[in-house]
Amino acid sequence: MIAVELHKLFRRPRTWTTIAVLNALPLLVAVLLQLTDLAPRPGEGPPFLSAVLTNGTLFPLAALAIVLPLFLPIAVAVVAGDSVAGEAQAGTLRYLLARPAGRTRLLVAKLVSVFAFVLVTVVVVAAVGYVVGTTLFEAQPIAGTSVSGSTLTPEELTGRTVLAIGYVTVSMLGVAAFALFFSTFTDSPLGATLGALAVLVTSSLLFTLDAASPIAPYLPTRYWLAFVDLFRDPILWRDVVRGLALQGVYVGVLLTAAWANFTTKDITS
Amino acid sequence: MTAVIVTRGLVKRFGRVRAVDGIDLDVRAGDVYGFLGANGSGKTTTVRMLLGLVLPTAGEVELLGRRMPRAARSVLPRVGALIEGPAHHGHLSGRANLSLLDASGPGGSWRTRRRRIDAVLEQVGLAGVGRRPVAAYSLGMRQRLGLAGALLRRPELLVLDEPTNGLDPQGIAEIRELLLELNRQGTTVFLSSHLLAEIEQMATRVGVLDRGRLVLQDRLATLTAPTGATVVRTPEPDRVRAALDGRVTAVDGERVVVKGDDPAEVNALLVGAGVPVIGLAPERPTLEEVVLAAARAAGDRVEVRERGR
Ligand SMILES: Nc1ncnc2c1ncn2[C@@H]1O[C@H](COP(=O)(O)OP(=O)(O)OP(=O)(O)O)[C@@H](O)[C@H]1O
Ligand SMILES: [Mg+2]
Repeated sequence: MIAVELHKLFRRPRTWTTIAVLNALPLLVAVLLQLTDLAPRPGEGPPFLSAVLTNGTLFPLAALAIVLPLFLPIAVAVVAGDSVAGEAQAGTLRYLLARPAGRTRLLVAKLVSVFAFVLVTVVVVAAVGYVVGTTLFEAQPIAGTSVSGSTLTPEELTGRTVLAIGYVTVSMLGVAAFALFFSTFTDSPLGATLGALAVLVTSSLLFTLDAASPIAPYLPTRYWLAFVDLFRDPILWRDVVRGLALQGVYVGVLLTAAWANFTTKDITS
Repeated sequence: MTAVIVTRGLVKRFGRVRAVDGIDLDVRAGDVYGFLGANGSGKTTTVRMLLGLVLPTAGEVELLGRRMPRAARSVLPRVGALIEGPAHHGHLSGRANLSLLDASGPGGSWRTRRRRIDAVLEQVGLAGVGRRPVAAYSLGMRQRLGLAGALLRRPELLVLDEPTNGLDPQGIAEIRELLLELNRQGTTVFLSSHLLAEIEQMATRVGVLDRGRLVLQDRLATLTAPTGATVVRTPEPDRVRAALDGRVTAVDGERVVVKGDDPAEVNALLVGAGVPVIGLAPERPTLEEVVLAAARAAGDRVEVRERGR
Protein backbone atom coordinates (compact mmCIF):
# COMPACT_ATOMS: atom_id res chain seq x y z
CA MET A 1 0.00 0.00 0.00
CA ILE A 2 2.79 2.43 0.91
CA ALA A 3 4.63 1.45 -2.26
CA VAL A 4 1.47 2.13 -4.27
CA GLU A 5 1.08 5.60 -2.76
CA LEU A 6 4.75 6.46 -3.30
CA HIS A 7 4.42 5.24 -6.86
CA LYS A 8 1.32 7.39 -7.42
CA LEU A 9 2.99 10.49 -5.98
CA PHE A 10 6.41 10.27 -7.57
CA ARG A 11 5.26 9.01 -10.97
CA ARG A 12 3.02 11.99 -11.25
CA PRO A 13 4.47 14.76 -13.42
CA ARG A 14 2.92 17.41 -11.19
CA THR A 15 5.07 16.38 -8.24
CA TRP A 16 8.28 17.01 -10.12
CA THR A 17 6.98 20.22 -11.66
CA THR A 18 6.33 21.49 -8.15
CA ILE A 19 9.84 20.59 -7.04
CA ALA A 20 11.32 22.19 -10.16
CA VAL A 21 9.40 25.43 -9.63
CA LEU A 22 10.50 25.43 -6.02
CA ASN A 23 14.13 25.43 -7.12
CA ALA A 24 13.66 28.23 -9.62
CA LEU A 25 13.57 31.03 -7.08
CA PRO A 26 16.87 30.26 -5.31
CA LEU A 27 18.46 29.78 -8.72
CA LEU A 28 17.21 33.17 -9.87
CA VAL A 29 18.53 34.79 -6.69
CA ALA A 30 21.90 33.11 -7.14
CA VAL A 31 22.22 34.27 -10.74
CA LEU A 32 21.29 37.84 -9.81
CA LEU A 33 23.81 37.86 -6.95
CA GLN A 34 26.51 36.49 -9.20
CA LEU A 35 25.83 39.03 -11.93
CA THR A 36 25.56 42.07 -9.68
CA ASP A 37 27.80 41.10 -6.79
CA LEU A 38 25.33 42.96 -4.57
CA ALA A 39 24.75 40.79 -1.52
CA PRO A 40 22.34 41.99 1.15
CA ARG A 41 24.16 43.30 4.21
CA PRO A 42 24.42 40.87 7.14
CA GLY A 43 21.19 40.84 9.08
CA GLU A 44 19.10 41.86 6.10
CA GLY A 45 17.24 39.66 3.65
CA PRO A 46 17.08 35.90 4.00
CA PRO A 47 19.60 34.39 6.42
CA PHE A 48 22.98 33.30 4.99
CA LEU A 49 22.50 35.22 1.77
CA SER A 50 24.96 37.92 2.77
CA ALA A 51 27.67 35.30 3.13
CA VAL A 52 27.26 33.26 -0.01
CA LEU A 53 29.31 35.56 -2.23
CA THR A 54 32.38 34.59 -0.29
CA ASN A 55 31.36 31.03 0.53
CA GLY A 56 29.20 29.16 -1.96
CA THR A 57 28.86 26.13 0.34
CA LEU A 58 26.45 28.21 2.43
CA PHE A 59 24.07 28.52 -0.48
CA PRO A 60 22.04 25.36 0.33
CA LEU A 61 21.08 27.07 3.59
CA ALA A 62 20.33 30.34 1.83
CA ALA A 63 18.18 28.44 -0.66
CA LEU A 64 16.20 26.83 2.15
CA ALA A 65 15.82 30.20 3.85
CA ILE A 66 14.54 31.70 0.58
CA VAL A 67 11.80 29.09 0.01
CA LEU A 68 10.94 28.56 3.67
CA PRO A 69 8.57 31.47 4.29
CA LEU A 70 6.23 30.85 1.35
CA PHE A 71 7.13 28.53 -1.52
CA LEU A 72 7.99 25.44 0.50
CA PRO A 73 4.90 25.52 2.74
CA ILE A 74 2.68 26.11 -0.28
CA ALA A 75 4.16 23.12 -2.11
CA VAL A 76 3.78 20.92 0.97
CA ALA A 77 0.23 22.12 1.60
CA VAL A 78 -0.74 21.43 -2.02
CA VAL A 79 0.55 17.86 -1.97
CA ALA A 80 -0.70 17.01 1.52
CA GLY A 81 -4.05 18.71 0.95
CA ASP A 82 -4.49 16.67 -2.20
CA SER A 83 -3.64 13.36 -0.54
CA VAL A 84 -7.09 12.25 0.64
CA ALA A 85 -9.36 14.99 -0.74
CA GLY A 86 -7.88 14.55 -4.21
CA GLU A 87 -8.90 10.89 -4.23
CA ALA A 88 -12.33 11.89 -2.93
CA GLN A 89 -12.78 14.48 -5.66
CA ALA A 90 -11.67 12.06 -8.37
CA GLY A 91 -14.02 9.42 -6.92
CA THR A 92 -11.17 6.94 -6.58
CA LEU A 93 -11.38 7.04 -2.77
CA ARG A 94 -14.55 4.90 -2.73
CA TYR A 95 -12.91 2.30 -4.95
CA LEU A 96 -9.75 2.25 -2.82
CA LEU A 97 -11.80 1.69 0.33
CA ALA A 98 -14.04 -0.91 -1.33
CA ARG A 99 -10.93 -2.71 -2.61
CA PRO A 100 -10.49 -2.73 0.55
CA ALA A 101 -7.38 -0.70 1.25
CA GLY A 102 -8.37 -0.25 4.91
CA ARG A 103 -8.92 3.26 6.19
CA THR A 104 -6.06 3.32 8.68
CA ARG A 105 -3.67 1.71 6.22
CA LEU A 106 -4.62 4.17 3.51
CA LEU A 107 -4.11 7.12 5.83
CA VAL A 108 -0.73 5.81 6.97
CA ALA A 109 0.30 5.25 3.35
CA LYS A 110 -0.79 8.78 2.43
CA LEU A 111 1.11 10.10 5.44
CA VAL A 112 4.30 8.27 4.53
CA SER A 113 4.13 9.44 0.92
CA VAL A 114 3.54 13.05 1.97
CA PHE A 115 6.45 12.85 4.42
CA ALA A 116 8.59 11.36 1.66
CA PHE A 117 7.63 14.28 -0.55
CA VAL A 118 8.64 16.77 2.15
CA LEU A 119 12.00 15.09 2.66
CA VAL A 120 12.73 14.74 -1.05
CA THR A 121 11.76 18.35 -1.67
CA VAL A 122 13.94 19.76 1.11
CA VAL A 123 16.88 17.59 0.12
CA VAL A 124 16.54 18.53 -3.56
CA VAL A 125 16.42 22.24 -2.70
CA ALA A 126 19.55 21.86 -0.58
CA ALA A 127 21.33 19.75 -3.20
CA VAL A 128 20.49 22.08 -6.05
CA GLY A 129 21.56 24.93 -3.76
CA TYR A 130 24.89 23.22 -3.20
CA VAL A 131 25.52 22.71 -6.91
CA VAL A 132 24.48 26.25 -7.75
CA GLY A 133 26.44 27.70 -4.84
CA THR A 134 29.67 25.94 -5.60
CA THR A 135 29.55 26.64 -9.33
CA LEU A 136 28.57 30.29 -9.15
CA PHE A 137 30.46 31.39 -6.04
CA GLU A 138 33.83 30.85 -4.44
CA ALA A 139 33.86 27.66 -2.50
CA GLN A 140 36.61 28.03 0.07
CA PRO A 141 35.39 28.65 3.59
CA ILE A 142 36.93 31.75 5.07
CA ALA A 143 36.60 33.48 8.39
CA GLY A 144 33.11 34.21 9.59
CA THR A 145 31.17 31.19 8.38
CA SER A 146 29.27 30.81 11.62
CA VAL A 147 26.60 33.33 12.40
CA SER A 148 28.56 34.19 15.55
CA GLY A 149 31.60 35.19 13.50
CA SER A 150 33.92 32.28 14.19
CA THR A 151 35.10 29.83 11.57
CA LEU A 152 33.54 26.40 11.11
CA THR A 153 35.53 23.55 9.63
CA PRO A 154 34.04 22.06 6.45
CA GLU A 155 33.12 18.96 8.46
CA GLU A 156 31.29 21.03 11.03
CA LEU A 157 29.53 22.92 8.27
CA THR A 158 28.42 19.71 6.57
CA GLY A 159 27.15 18.21 9.80
CA ARG A 160 25.20 21.32 10.70
CA THR A 161 23.77 21.62 7.20
CA VAL A 162 22.43 18.09 7.53
CA LEU A 163 20.90 19.03 10.90
CA ALA A 164 19.35 22.12 9.32
CA ILE A 165 17.84 20.04 6.51
CA GLY A 166 16.37 17.75 9.15
CA TYR A 167 15.00 20.68 11.12
CA VAL A 168 13.35 22.30 8.08
CA THR A 169 11.86 18.92 7.17
CA VAL A 170 10.30 18.59 10.62
CA SER A 171 8.91 22.14 10.40
CA MET A 172 7.30 21.21 7.09
CA LEU A 173 5.84 18.04 8.58
CA GLY A 174 3.78 20.39 10.74
CA VAL A 175 2.41 22.01 7.58
CA ALA A 176 1.79 18.58 6.07
CA ALA A 177 -0.10 17.50 9.18
CA PHE A 178 -2.41 20.52 8.98
CA ALA A 179 -3.12 19.94 5.29
CA LEU A 180 -3.64 16.19 5.75
CA PHE A 181 -5.97 16.90 8.65
CA PHE A 182 -8.10 19.23 6.52
CA SER A 183 -7.85 16.78 3.64
CA THR A 184 -9.82 14.17 5.61
CA PHE A 185 -12.62 16.66 6.26
CA THR A 186 -13.35 17.92 2.78
CA ASP A 187 -13.76 16.48 -0.70
CA SER A 188 -12.00 19.50 -2.18
CA PRO A 189 -8.19 19.35 -2.34
CA LEU A 190 -8.09 23.10 -2.88
CA GLY A 191 -10.08 23.63 0.28
CA ALA A 192 -7.68 21.49 2.31
CA THR A 193 -4.65 23.32 0.92
CA LEU A 194 -6.14 26.74 1.55
CA GLY A 195 -7.12 25.67 5.06
CA ALA A 196 -3.54 24.78 5.90
CA LEU A 197 -2.22 27.98 4.32
CA ALA A 198 -4.77 30.04 6.22
CA VAL A 199 -3.41 28.58 9.45
CA LEU A 200 0.15 29.50 8.45
CA VAL A 201 -0.75 33.03 7.38
CA THR A 202 -2.66 33.55 10.61
CA SER A 203 0.27 32.20 12.59
CA SER A 204 2.82 34.45 10.86
CA LEU A 205 0.56 37.45 11.31
CA LEU A 206 -0.08 36.83 14.99
CA PHE A 207 3.65 36.36 15.50
CA THR A 208 4.24 40.00 14.55
CA LEU A 209 1.49 41.24 16.84
CA ASP A 210 2.41 42.25 20.39
CA ALA A 211 -1.12 41.58 21.61
CA ALA A 212 -0.70 37.95 20.61
CA SER A 213 2.53 37.49 22.55
CA PRO A 214 0.99 35.16 25.18
CA ILE A 215 0.23 32.58 22.50
CA ALA A 216 3.32 33.29 20.39
CA PRO A 217 5.31 30.30 21.71
CA TYR A 218 2.59 27.96 20.46
CA LEU A 219 2.23 29.32 16.95
CA PRO A 220 3.18 26.67 14.38
CA THR A 221 5.49 29.03 12.47
CA ARG A 222 7.14 30.44 15.62
CA TYR A 223 10.39 28.45 15.48
CA TRP A 224 10.72 27.88 11.75
CA LEU A 225 13.80 30.06 11.42
CA ALA A 226 15.47 28.51 14.45
CA PHE A 227 17.64 26.44 12.12
CA VAL A 228 19.86 29.52 11.89
CA ASP A 229 20.77 28.85 15.54
CA LEU A 230 22.46 25.64 14.42
CA PHE A 231 25.18 27.85 12.92
CA ARG A 232 26.01 29.74 16.05
CA ASP A 233 29.15 28.85 17.94
CA PRO A 234 28.36 26.97 20.09
CA ILE A 235 25.01 25.77 18.76
CA LEU A 236 22.08 27.49 20.46
CA TRP A 237 19.82 24.52 21.08
CA ARG A 238 17.02 26.17 23.01
CA ASP A 239 14.74 27.27 20.13
CA VAL A 240 15.63 24.29 17.97
CA VAL A 241 14.50 21.90 20.69
CA ARG A 242 11.35 23.90 21.35
CA GLY A 243 10.61 23.98 17.63
CA LEU A 244 10.98 20.22 17.35
CA ALA A 245 8.79 19.63 20.39
CA LEU A 246 6.13 22.04 19.16
CA GLN A 247 5.99 20.45 15.70
CA GLY A 248 5.92 17.03 17.35
CA VAL A 249 2.85 18.00 19.35
CA TYR A 250 1.10 19.53 16.34
CA VAL A 251 1.84 16.51 14.14
CA GLY A 252 0.73 14.08 16.85
CA VAL A 253 -2.52 15.86 17.69
CA LEU A 254 -3.49 16.62 14.08
CA LEU A 255 -2.77 13.14 12.80
CA THR A 256 -4.73 11.58 15.64
CA ALA A 257 -7.67 13.84 14.85
CA ALA A 258 -7.34 13.09 11.13
CA TRP A 259 -7.33 9.37 11.88
CA ALA A 260 -10.32 9.61 14.22
CA ASN A 261 -12.27 11.48 11.57
CA PHE A 262 -11.26 9.42 8.57
CA THR A 263 -11.93 6.04 10.15
CA THR A 264 -15.46 6.97 11.22
CA LYS A 265 -16.74 9.16 8.42
CA ASP A 266 -19.21 8.34 5.67
CA ILE A 267 -17.55 8.17 2.27
CA THR A 268 -20.16 9.85 0.09
CA SER A 269 -17.81 11.22 -2.56
CA MET B 1 -29.65 -21.58 -0.59
CA THR B 2 -26.90 -19.62 1.15
CA ALA B 3 -27.44 -15.97 1.86
CA VAL B 4 -24.99 -13.67 0.10
CA ILE B 5 -26.35 -10.29 1.15
CA VAL B 6 -28.52 -9.94 4.24
CA THR B 7 -29.51 -6.66 5.84
CA ARG B 8 -31.69 -6.30 8.92
CA GLY B 9 -33.52 -3.08 9.64
CA LEU B 10 -30.91 -1.08 7.75
CA VAL B 11 -31.36 2.66 8.25
CA LYS B 12 -29.31 5.63 7.08
CA ARG B 13 -30.22 9.17 8.01
CA PHE B 14 -28.46 12.20 6.56
CA GLY B 15 -29.53 14.91 8.96
CA ARG B 16 -33.32 14.95 8.61
CA VAL B 17 -33.38 12.90 5.39
CA ARG B 18 -34.04 9.20 5.84
CA ALA B 19 -32.16 8.01 2.75
CA VAL B 20 -32.63 4.35 3.65
CA ASP B 21 -35.42 3.51 6.02
CA GLY B 22 -35.28 0.06 7.56
CA ILE B 23 -34.71 -2.38 4.72
CA ASP B 24 -34.26 -6.15 4.95
CA LEU B 25 -32.46 -7.33 1.83
CA ASP B 26 -32.16 -11.01 1.13
CA VAL B 27 -29.91 -11.93 -1.78
CA ARG B 28 -29.03 -15.60 -2.25
CA ALA B 29 -26.18 -17.38 -3.96
CA GLY B 30 -26.73 -17.63 -7.70
CA ASP B 31 -29.22 -14.75 -7.88
CA VAL B 32 -29.22 -11.95 -10.34
CA TYR B 33 -30.83 -9.52 -7.95
CA GLY B 34 -32.40 -6.47 -9.53
CA PHE B 35 -32.47 -3.55 -7.11
CA LEU B 36 -34.96 -1.06 -8.51
CA GLY B 37 -35.85 2.41 -7.39
CA ALA B 38 -36.55 5.91 -8.65
CA ASN B 39 -33.93 8.67 -8.49
CA GLY B 40 -33.13 9.47 -4.90
CA SER B 41 -34.83 6.37 -3.51
CA GLY B 42 -31.63 5.28 -1.72
CA LYS B 43 -30.04 2.69 -4.03
CA THR B 44 -26.54 4.16 -3.97
CA THR B 45 -26.69 4.80 -0.24
CA THR B 46 -27.62 1.14 0.28
CA VAL B 47 -24.78 -0.03 -1.97
CA ARG B 48 -22.34 2.17 -0.04
CA MET B 49 -23.52 0.66 3.24
CA LEU B 50 -23.12 -2.87 1.88
CA LEU B 51 -19.50 -2.06 1.07
CA GLY B 52 -18.73 -0.32 4.36
CA LEU B 53 -18.28 3.14 2.83
CA VAL B 54 -21.27 4.67 4.59
CA LEU B 55 -21.90 3.56 8.17
CA PRO B 56 -25.51 2.65 8.96
CA THR B 57 -27.48 4.75 11.43
CA ALA B 58 -29.14 1.52 12.57
CA GLY B 59 -29.40 -2.10 11.49
CA GLU B 60 -26.81 -4.51 10.24
CA VAL B 61 -25.26 -5.81 7.03
CA GLU B 62 -23.97 -9.31 6.35
CA LEU B 63 -21.97 -9.94 3.22
CA LEU B 64 -21.04 -13.52 2.27
CA GLY B 65 -22.01 -14.54 5.78
CA ARG B 66 -19.79 -12.03 7.61
CA ARG B 67 -20.70 -8.84 9.43
CA MET B 68 -19.80 -5.61 7.64
CA PRO B 69 -17.97 -3.32 8.04
CA ARG B 70 -16.12 -5.38 10.66
CA ALA B 71 -15.13 -8.16 8.25
CA ALA B 72 -14.34 -5.83 5.35
CA ARG B 73 -10.77 -6.99 5.03
CA SER B 74 -11.67 -10.64 4.52
CA VAL B 75 -14.95 -10.18 2.63
CA LEU B 76 -14.41 -7.31 0.21
CA PRO B 77 -11.58 -8.98 -1.77
CA ARG B 78 -14.26 -11.51 -2.78
CA VAL B 79 -16.62 -8.76 -3.92
CA GLY B 80 -16.40 -6.68 -7.10
CA ALA B 81 -18.10 -3.30 -7.07
CA LEU B 82 -19.14 -0.45 -9.29
CA ILE B 83 -20.40 2.46 -7.20
CA GLU B 84 -22.18 5.40 -8.82
CA GLY B 85 -20.09 5.46 -11.95
CA PRO B 86 -16.45 4.58 -12.54
CA ALA B 87 -13.52 6.66 -11.23
CA HIS B 88 -9.90 6.52 -12.31
CA HIS B 89 -6.69 8.52 -12.34
CA GLY B 90 -6.98 10.35 -15.64
CA HIS B 91 -3.26 10.75 -16.29
CA LEU B 92 -2.62 7.00 -16.06
CA SER B 93 -3.52 4.28 -18.57
CA GLY B 94 -6.41 1.91 -17.90
CA ARG B 95 -3.92 -0.86 -17.30
CA ALA B 96 -1.95 1.20 -14.77
CA ASN B 97 -5.17 2.11 -12.98
CA LEU B 98 -6.19 -1.54 -12.65
CA SER B 99 -2.72 -2.50 -11.52
CA LEU B 100 -2.57 0.17 -8.80
CA LEU B 101 -6.05 -0.66 -7.56
CA ASP B 102 -5.21 -4.35 -7.42
CA ALA B 103 -2.04 -3.61 -5.46
CA SER B 104 -3.93 -1.43 -2.95
CA GLY B 105 -5.54 -4.26 -1.04
CA PRO B 106 -5.38 -7.92 -0.07
CA GLY B 107 -6.28 -10.89 -2.23
CA GLY B 108 -4.73 -9.91 -5.56
CA SER B 109 -1.39 -11.65 -6.07
CA TRP B 110 1.10 -9.61 -8.13
CA ARG B 111 2.26 -12.77 -9.87
CA THR B 112 -1.07 -13.24 -11.59
CA ARG B 113 -1.82 -9.53 -11.91
CA ARG B 114 -0.74 -9.05 -15.51
CA ARG B 115 -2.62 -12.08 -16.67
CA ARG B 116 -5.77 -11.11 -14.79
CA ILE B 117 -5.67 -7.57 -16.19
CA ASP B 118 -5.28 -8.87 -19.74
CA ALA B 119 -8.19 -11.24 -19.18
CA VAL B 120 -10.65 -8.67 -17.80
CA LEU B 121 -9.74 -6.05 -20.42
CA GLU B 122 -10.53 -8.68 -23.02
CA GLN B 123 -13.81 -9.53 -21.26
CA VAL B 124 -15.09 -5.96 -21.20
CA GLY B 125 -13.96 -5.23 -24.74
CA LEU B 126 -11.00 -2.95 -23.98
CA ALA B 127 -8.22 -5.31 -25.07
CA GLY B 128 -7.04 -3.07 -27.89
CA VAL B 129 -7.01 0.20 -26.00
CA GLY B 130 -3.25 0.31 -25.45
CA ARG B 131 -1.43 2.89 -23.35
CA ARG B 132 -3.82 5.80 -23.76
CA PRO B 133 -4.44 7.71 -20.52
CA VAL B 134 -7.92 7.29 -19.11
CA ALA B 135 -8.52 11.04 -19.57
CA ALA B 136 -8.70 10.23 -23.31
CA TYR B 137 -11.32 7.49 -22.86
CA SER B 138 -14.96 7.92 -23.88
CA LEU B 139 -17.71 7.67 -21.26
CA GLY B 140 -18.56 4.12 -22.31
CA MET B 141 -14.90 3.08 -22.24
CA ARG B 142 -14.58 4.36 -18.67
CA GLN B 143 -17.67 2.42 -17.67
CA ARG B 144 -16.12 -0.71 -19.18
CA LEU B 145 -12.87 -0.06 -17.34
CA GLY B 146 -14.81 0.32 -14.09
CA LEU B 147 -16.42 -3.04 -14.74
CA ALA B 148 -13.00 -4.53 -15.49
CA GLY B 149 -11.86 -3.35 -12.06
CA ALA B 150 -14.83 -5.07 -10.47
CA LEU B 151 -14.04 -8.36 -12.23
CA LEU B 152 -10.31 -8.33 -11.56
CA ARG B 153 -10.27 -10.84 -8.71
CA ARG B 154 -12.97 -13.20 -10.05
CA PRO B 155 -15.37 -12.15 -7.28
CA GLU B 156 -18.10 -14.39 -5.90
CA LEU B 157 -20.38 -11.38 -5.67
CA LEU B 158 -20.72 -8.39 -7.97
CA VAL B 159 -22.35 -5.27 -6.56
CA LEU B 160 -23.07 -3.01 -9.49
CA ASP B 161 -24.69 0.41 -9.19
CA GLU B 162 -26.11 1.27 -12.62
CA PRO B 163 -23.45 -0.62 -14.62
CA THR B 164 -24.79 0.20 -18.07
CA ASN B 165 -24.84 3.96 -17.53
CA GLY B 166 -23.36 5.70 -20.56
CA LEU B 167 -23.18 2.60 -22.75
CA ASP B 168 -24.67 2.44 -26.24
CA PRO B 169 -27.40 -0.17 -26.92
CA GLN B 170 -24.86 -2.59 -28.34
CA GLY B 171 -22.62 -2.10 -25.29
CA ILE B 172 -25.56 -2.66 -22.97
CA ALA B 173 -26.39 -5.96 -24.69
CA GLU B 174 -22.71 -6.96 -24.53
CA ILE B 175 -22.43 -6.24 -20.81
CA ARG B 176 -25.72 -8.01 -20.16
CA GLU B 177 -24.39 -11.12 -21.88
CA LEU B 178 -21.14 -10.89 -19.91
CA LEU B 179 -22.96 -10.62 -16.58
CA LEU B 180 -25.32 -13.47 -17.42
CA GLU B 181 -22.36 -15.63 -18.43
CA LEU B 182 -20.58 -14.86 -15.15
CA ASN B 183 -23.80 -15.67 -13.31
CA ARG B 184 -24.03 -19.03 -15.07
CA GLN B 185 -20.52 -19.73 -13.82
CA GLY B 186 -21.65 -19.08 -10.26
CA THR B 187 -21.22 -15.36 -9.60
CA THR B 188 -24.03 -13.73 -7.66
CA VAL B 189 -24.95 -10.38 -9.20
CA PHE B 190 -26.55 -7.51 -7.30
CA LEU B 191 -27.62 -4.95 -9.84
CA SER B 192 -29.05 -1.56 -8.97
CA SER B 193 -30.86 0.32 -11.67
CA HIS B 194 -33.79 2.54 -12.44
CA LEU B 195 -34.20 0.88 -15.84
CA LEU B 196 -37.08 -1.59 -15.55
CA ALA B 197 -36.40 -3.17 -18.91
CA GLU B 198 -32.82 -3.94 -17.96
CA ILE B 199 -33.86 -5.66 -14.75
CA GLU B 200 -36.71 -7.52 -16.45
CA GLN B 201 -34.27 -9.01 -18.96
CA MET B 202 -31.68 -10.13 -16.42
CA ALA B 203 -32.94 -10.51 -12.89
CA THR B 204 -34.08 -13.70 -11.17
CA ARG B 205 -35.10 -11.77 -8.05
CA VAL B 206 -36.22 -8.19 -7.64
CA GLY B 207 -36.25 -5.71 -4.79
CA VAL B 208 -38.04 -2.41 -5.19
CA LEU B 209 -37.03 0.63 -3.18
CA ASP B 210 -39.41 3.52 -2.76
CA ARG B 211 -38.29 6.56 -0.79
CA GLY B 212 -35.92 4.47 1.30
CA ARG B 213 -38.33 1.60 1.95
CA LEU B 214 -38.21 -1.85 0.41
CA VAL B 215 -41.78 -2.15 -0.86
CA LEU B 216 -41.33 -5.39 -2.76
CA GLN B 217 -38.89 -8.31 -2.75
CA ASP B 218 -39.60 -11.51 -4.60
CA ARG B 219 -38.70 -13.79 -7.49
CA LEU B 220 -39.26 -12.10 -10.84
CA ALA B 221 -41.09 -15.20 -12.10
CA THR B 222 -43.51 -15.00 -9.18
CA LEU B 223 -44.12 -11.29 -9.60
CA THR B 224 -44.88 -11.65 -13.29
CA ALA B 225 -46.71 -14.98 -12.94
CA PRO B 226 -49.87 -15.47 -15.07
CA THR B 227 -52.87 -13.80 -13.48
CA GLY B 228 -55.34 -16.52 -14.47
CA ALA B 229 -56.76 -14.57 -17.36
CA THR B 230 -56.15 -14.85 -21.10
CA VAL B 231 -55.42 -11.97 -23.46
CA VAL B 232 -57.11 -12.18 -26.85
CA ARG B 233 -56.13 -10.01 -29.82
CA THR B 234 -58.90 -9.57 -32.33
CA PRO B 235 -60.15 -6.93 -34.76
CA GLU B 236 -63.72 -7.55 -33.51
CA PRO B 237 -63.74 -7.25 -29.69
CA ASP B 238 -67.52 -6.85 -29.57
CA ARG B 239 -68.05 -10.33 -30.96
CA VAL B 240 -65.76 -11.75 -28.22
CA ARG B 241 -68.04 -10.20 -25.65
CA ALA B 242 -71.03 -11.79 -27.35
CA ALA B 243 -69.44 -15.23 -27.68
CA LEU B 244 -67.99 -15.44 -24.14
CA ASP B 245 -70.88 -14.09 -22.20
CA GLY B 246 -69.76 -12.48 -18.92
CA ARG B 247 -66.15 -13.65 -19.04
CA VAL B 248 -64.68 -10.49 -20.57
CA THR B 249 -63.12 -8.28 -17.88
CA ALA B 250 -61.51 -5.57 -19.98
CA VAL B 251 -61.41 -4.30 -23.56
CA ASP B 252 -58.68 -1.99 -24.82
CA GLY B 253 -58.72 -1.53 -28.60
CA GLU B 254 -57.92 -4.90 -30.11
CA ARG B 255 -56.93 -6.30 -26.72
CA VAL B 256 -59.54 -8.22 -24.77
CA VAL B 257 -58.96 -9.80 -21.36
CA VAL B 258 -60.92 -12.96 -20.75
CA LYS B 259 -61.32 -14.95 -17.51
CA GLY B 260 -59.76 -18.43 -17.66
CA ASP B 261 -56.11 -19.46 -17.66
CA ASP B 262 -56.26 -21.85 -20.64
CA PRO B 263 -55.78 -20.03 -23.97
CA ALA B 264 -56.61 -23.23 -25.88
CA GLU B 265 -60.02 -23.46 -24.29
CA VAL B 266 -60.75 -19.79 -25.01
CA ASN B 267 -59.52 -20.25 -28.57
CA ALA B 268 -61.80 -23.23 -29.19
CA LEU B 269 -64.84 -21.25 -28.03
CA LEU B 270 -63.96 -18.22 -30.17
CA VAL B 271 -63.21 -20.23 -33.29
CA GLY B 272 -66.42 -22.15 -32.74
CA ALA B 273 -68.33 -18.85 -32.74
CA GLY B 274 -66.45 -17.71 -35.87
CA VAL B 275 -64.60 -14.83 -34.16
CA PRO B 276 -61.33 -13.93 -35.93
CA VAL B 277 -58.37 -14.31 -33.49
CA ILE B 278 -54.97 -12.69 -34.20
CA GLY B 279 -53.23 -13.57 -30.94
CA LEU B 280 -53.73 -15.43 -27.70
CA ALA B 281 -51.65 -15.55 -24.53
CA PRO B 282 -51.98 -16.01 -20.78
CA GLU B 283 -52.12 -12.59 -19.12
CA ARG B 284 -48.96 -11.62 -17.18
CA PRO B 285 -48.38 -8.32 -15.43
CA THR B 286 -45.30 -6.48 -16.70
CA LEU B 287 -42.63 -5.63 -14.16
CA GLU B 288 -43.54 -2.02 -14.68
CA GLU B 289 -47.12 -2.63 -13.58
CA VAL B 290 -45.95 -4.58 -10.55
CA VAL B 291 -43.48 -1.90 -9.52
CA LEU B 292 -45.91 0.96 -10.02
CA ALA B 293 -48.59 -0.86 -8.04
CA ALA B 294 -46.18 -1.58 -5.17
CA ALA B 295 -44.89 1.98 -5.09
CA ARG B 296 -48.44 3.36 -5.24
CA ALA B 297 -49.53 1.13 -2.36
CA ALA B 298 -46.51 2.27 -0.35
CA GLY B 299 -47.28 5.89 -1.17
CA ASP B 300 -50.81 5.46 0.17
CA ARG B 301 -49.41 3.95 3.32
CA VAL B 302 -47.20 6.97 3.93
CA GLU B 303 -50.15 9.30 3.44
CA VAL B 304 -52.30 7.33 5.85
CA ARG B 305 -49.57 7.34 8.44
CA GLU B 306 -49.09 11.07 8.14
CA ARG B 307 -52.79 11.76 8.43
CA GLY B 308 -52.89 9.59 11.52
CA ARG B 309 -50.34 11.71 13.32
N1 LIG C 1 -24.17 12.81 1.54
C1 LIG C 1 -25.49 13.05 1.60
N2 LIG C 1 -25.95 14.02 2.40
C2 LIG C 1 -27.28 14.26 2.50
N3 LIG C 1 -28.20 13.58 1.82
C3 LIG C 1 -27.83 12.61 0.98
C4 LIG C 1 -26.44 12.29 0.83
N4 LIG C 1 -26.34 11.27 -0.05
C5 LIG C 1 -27.60 10.98 -0.43
N5 LIG C 1 -28.49 11.78 0.20
C6 LIG C 1 -29.96 11.72 0.04
O1 LIG C 1 -30.37 10.39 0.21
C7 LIG C 1 -31.39 10.04 -0.71
C8 LIG C 1 -30.98 8.80 -1.48
O2 LIG C 1 -29.91 9.06 -2.33
P1 LIG C 1 -29.21 7.96 -3.23
O3 LIG C 1 -28.02 8.57 -3.86
O4 LIG C 1 -28.98 6.75 -2.41
O5 LIG C 1 -30.35 7.68 -4.32
P2 LIG C 1 -30.31 6.72 -5.60
O6 LIG C 1 -31.42 5.76 -5.44
O7 LIG C 1 -28.95 6.17 -5.81
O8 LIG C 1 -30.69 7.74 -6.77
P3 LIG C 1 -30.20 7.79 -8.30
O9 LIG C 1 -31.06 6.84 -9.08
O10 LIG C 1 -30.50 9.20 -8.68
O11 LIG C 1 -28.76 7.45 -8.34
C9 LIG C 1 -31.60 11.27 -1.56
O12 LIG C 1 -32.73 11.94 -1.07
C10 LIG C 1 -30.37 12.11 -1.36
O13 LIG C 1 -30.68 13.45 -1.44
MG1 LIG D 1 -27.53 6.29 -7.38
